[in-house]
Amino acid sequence: MIFLIPIFLIPALGGIYGTEYWSQQAHPHNGRKLRLFYGLVTAALATVAVSANAILFLVAWEIMALSAFFLVTTEDEDRAVRQAGWLYLITTHISTLCLFALFAVLRVATGSYALGPLPVDLASPGIVTAVFILAVLAFGCKAGLVPFHIWLPSAHAMTPSHVSALMSGVLIKIGIYGLIRITSWLPDPPVWWGGLLLILGAGSGVLGVVMALGQHDLKRLLAYHSIENIGIIVMGVGLALVGRSLNCVEWVVLGLAGALLHVWNHGLFKALLFLSAGAVIHGTHSRDLDHMGGLGRVMPVTALCFAVGAIAICGLPPLNGFVSELLIYIGAFRSLGIGQALSWPAAAFVAPVLALIGALALACFVKAFGAVFLGTARSRHGEHAHEVGRAMTRPMLVLAILCVGIGIAPIVVAPVLDQGILAWILDGTDEVPRVATLVPLGWVSLGSLTLVALLGLFTLAMRKRITQGGSASGITWDCGYAAPSARMQYTASSFAQILGTLFGWIQHPRVRAPRVEAVFPGRTTFKSHVPDILLDVVLKPVFRFGAKLLSSFRFLQAGNIHAYLLYIVLFLMALLLWR
Amino acid sequence: MSHIVIHIFLLLVMPPLLLGVIGKTKALFAGRIGPPVLQPYYDLSKLFQKGTVFSTTTTWVFRAGPVVGLATALLAGMLIPFGGHSAPVSFNGDMILFAYLFALGRFFTAAAALDTGSAFEGMGSAREVTFSCLAEPALFFGFLVLAKLSGSLSLTTMLDGAFPLGAGVAAPSLVLVAASLFIVLLVENCRIPFDDPNTHLELTMIHEVMVLDHSGPAFGMILYGAAMKLFVMGAVLLRVVAPFELGNSWYDWGLFMAGMLGLAVLIGLVESMMARFRMVFVPTFLVAACLLSAFGVILLLR
Repeated sequence: MIFLIPIFLIPALGGIYGTEYWSQQAHPHNGRKLRLFYGLVTAALATVAVSANAILFLVAWEIMALSAFFLVTTEDEDRAVRQAGWLYLITTHISTLCLFALFAVLRVATGSYALGPLPVDLASPGIVTAVFILAVLAFGCKAGLVPFHIWLPSAHAMTPSHVSALMSGVLIKIGIYGLIRITSWLPDPPVWWGGLLLILGAGSGVLGVVMALGQHDLKRLLAYHSIENIGIIVMGVGLALVGRSLNCVEWVVLGLAGALLHVWNHGLFKALLFLSAGAVIHGTHSRDLDHMGGLGRVMPVTALCFAVGAIAICGLPPLNGFVSELLIYIGAFRSLGIGQALSWPAAAFVAPVLALIGALALACFVKAFGAVFLGTARSRHGEHAHEVGRAMTRPMLVLAILCVGIGIAPIVVAPVLDQGILAWILDGTDEVPRVATLVPLGWVSLGSLTLVALLGLFTLAMRKRITQGGSASGITWDCGYAAPSARMQYTASSFAQILGTLFGWIQHPRVRAPRVEAVFPGRTTFKSHVPDILLDVVLKPVFRFGAKLLSSFRFLQAGNIHAYLLYIVLFLMALLLWR
Repeated sequence: MSHIVIHIFLLLVMPPLLLGVIGKTKALFAGRIGPPVLQPYYDLSKLFQKGTVFSTTTTWVFRAGPVVGLATALLAGMLIPFGGHSAPVSFNGDMILFAYLFALGRFFTAAAALDTGSAFEGMGSAREVTFSCLAEPALFFGFLVLAKLSGSLSLTTMLDGAFPLGAGVAAPSLVLVAASLFIVLLVENCRIPFDDPNTHLELTMIHEVMVLDHSGPAFGMILYGAAMKLFVMGAVLLRVVAPFELGNSWYDWGLFMAGMLGLAVLIGLVESMMARFRMVFVPTFLVAACLLSAFGVILLLR
């Protein structure tokens, strides 16, 4: 049920948004296709989440994966879109393949296709481990966990924005759903399972946000942040698994509650961010951060919504992202053996990693928000921008209000989380503490409300002083320079430059910088691009090398049928001899 | 109840005094007389009476920067125990709220700087968010040490000076954490050797360059908020270094104030004796701060 709420909420809002964003008049060729598959993917997602049979699960999974492929390739006349689609199709089928293997193993172990907890006596350690590894592969691929994330950035960037919102907000969470479900069915998890998830989660989180810092494309940037947030969620699940292995109920409750709440929260604020990004793209017809600027004045509602999403995704109070990160933080602090005898030190490093991720995310969103909405327009695109219509702003406002709501009154969602945790802990014989008893949600609300009150108070005070003291307007102080231009502003790339040098060993940026020579240098250009570390830096060279190696056997395939017959004869004789 | 009133009173009134003491220390060290210690109060009251100039490029974000900066510092100050007195607001996990409140302030200060569309302010906010990426893990490693030592998850008990494991176990980690927190304090509050609060138009500045375009009451709010941030983070450091109590709760207030003034003198001494580092060395020192407090955690893991 925890997963069904976003599955129904976000596509519904996205659908309303889509009526204006991707209207039939503007897109007569692919509008119908888009809407058909948009509905289909939602239905398939809901079916996956409720199916209790392996075959039904696989059928729904495949419908979901294929409809998402058609959604990714909505604008299939564009070569980059087709490439993103192929990449997605390949990875999603690797994921499906692992699922086939997973359910086959389960069928052998239990003798039925019904999905449910594995009986302790039937499960041998080998089978259980195999199931866990396959689950991490299959669902990690779908969720975009770091070694398997290669499809995610391009697929999210190339689709229409309300589809990106659906994919990032809901579709990748189905991978988390699968992971949580499968791990709850397996008896007696060893500690290294949770440890593996913690490492994968921390890796996803840091890599995702560092890669995001290097992006110029607004939607690609948001896509990398999805990888980061999936990392945070998986860290929560890992903490819960470690807690189950070591029989420490508090870690289970805090880790899982944090992960589940973050699934919701990420669904809300990431959908909000993608929809606002869509509004920006609708208004400016560009995705490049370095071409935008100053949109806050022409698109005030979108700017406000993006700001809410940005504050929420950085995990700052008083919004919802803070609450879920707080749960995981407290879980991590408790794992150090505070207030109880048991301690498991490695999990304590979760807290500084989360702090690093949070601070990097803040840097990245200050960059994105500043480059898009603040300052002055850097290109013609920005100057002709306009605010989008109500069909697009209303769904964004609903999401923004929900973000604020969960941030101010997290106590409302606590009972739902308790249900989810009870369902996950199958042997719920011992007392499971409620989320609200472990985390002072009341104090969080009070803190948020006080913050809001103080902000209101100070705003009023400042406004009063300003009207009393008088105010004037002038140009920004530019050290007396005579002809400042919008192109002299700090761009998104220059903003991230210092962090880029600090994390250059992860980003591997490809920079084409000119050398300025002579007293009067001529016109020149500067280009930089941050490729995906795994796809472009590791996988592509490896595959290219493999292709080169294998192509040296090309001479065998000469197109001569006699030669092929000879191969068959030789092969058969070899087989006979071997026998 | 009266202690809560004193807490809020000190939080509201004392921060600019620290700046005055730092300035006076530096002046005396350099053989000058220097401005009176109450000078920051005069500056603030003057700024609050002045008119304001807003750049034509700015939006609501520019005005929100000072407001959020001050509100978050004030709220964070309510979570910190001053001297031997517990904080007015205290709950499990309040140190996370403490750290994230300052992060919220940073988000808006940096965004307000970008709102002016000036390259100077862009530089300042880029540096600010970059360096805090390294300061933040150092702070959390420090919290981990304090939480582990005190067996508690709330700042008041984390900083109450009682360590169940014994002083022998606690001391080495605490020394490391104190050093790391001192670096974080200097970085986050734009002090020498990481940043220079006195020059405004150098290309090497961090905090001051971000607020170039703020004027009048808005600028006053920024200065006041920055002073409060220094005061609050100083109070944390003071409790780590010297968790002493005199037994009498009124003397404890006196001890706390004396301690804070002592800290201001210490900062003034550091600023007098050191030159500002080159910008490229700031991340190196922050990584060192992270490592110091990480070693503090590792010492406790056994």
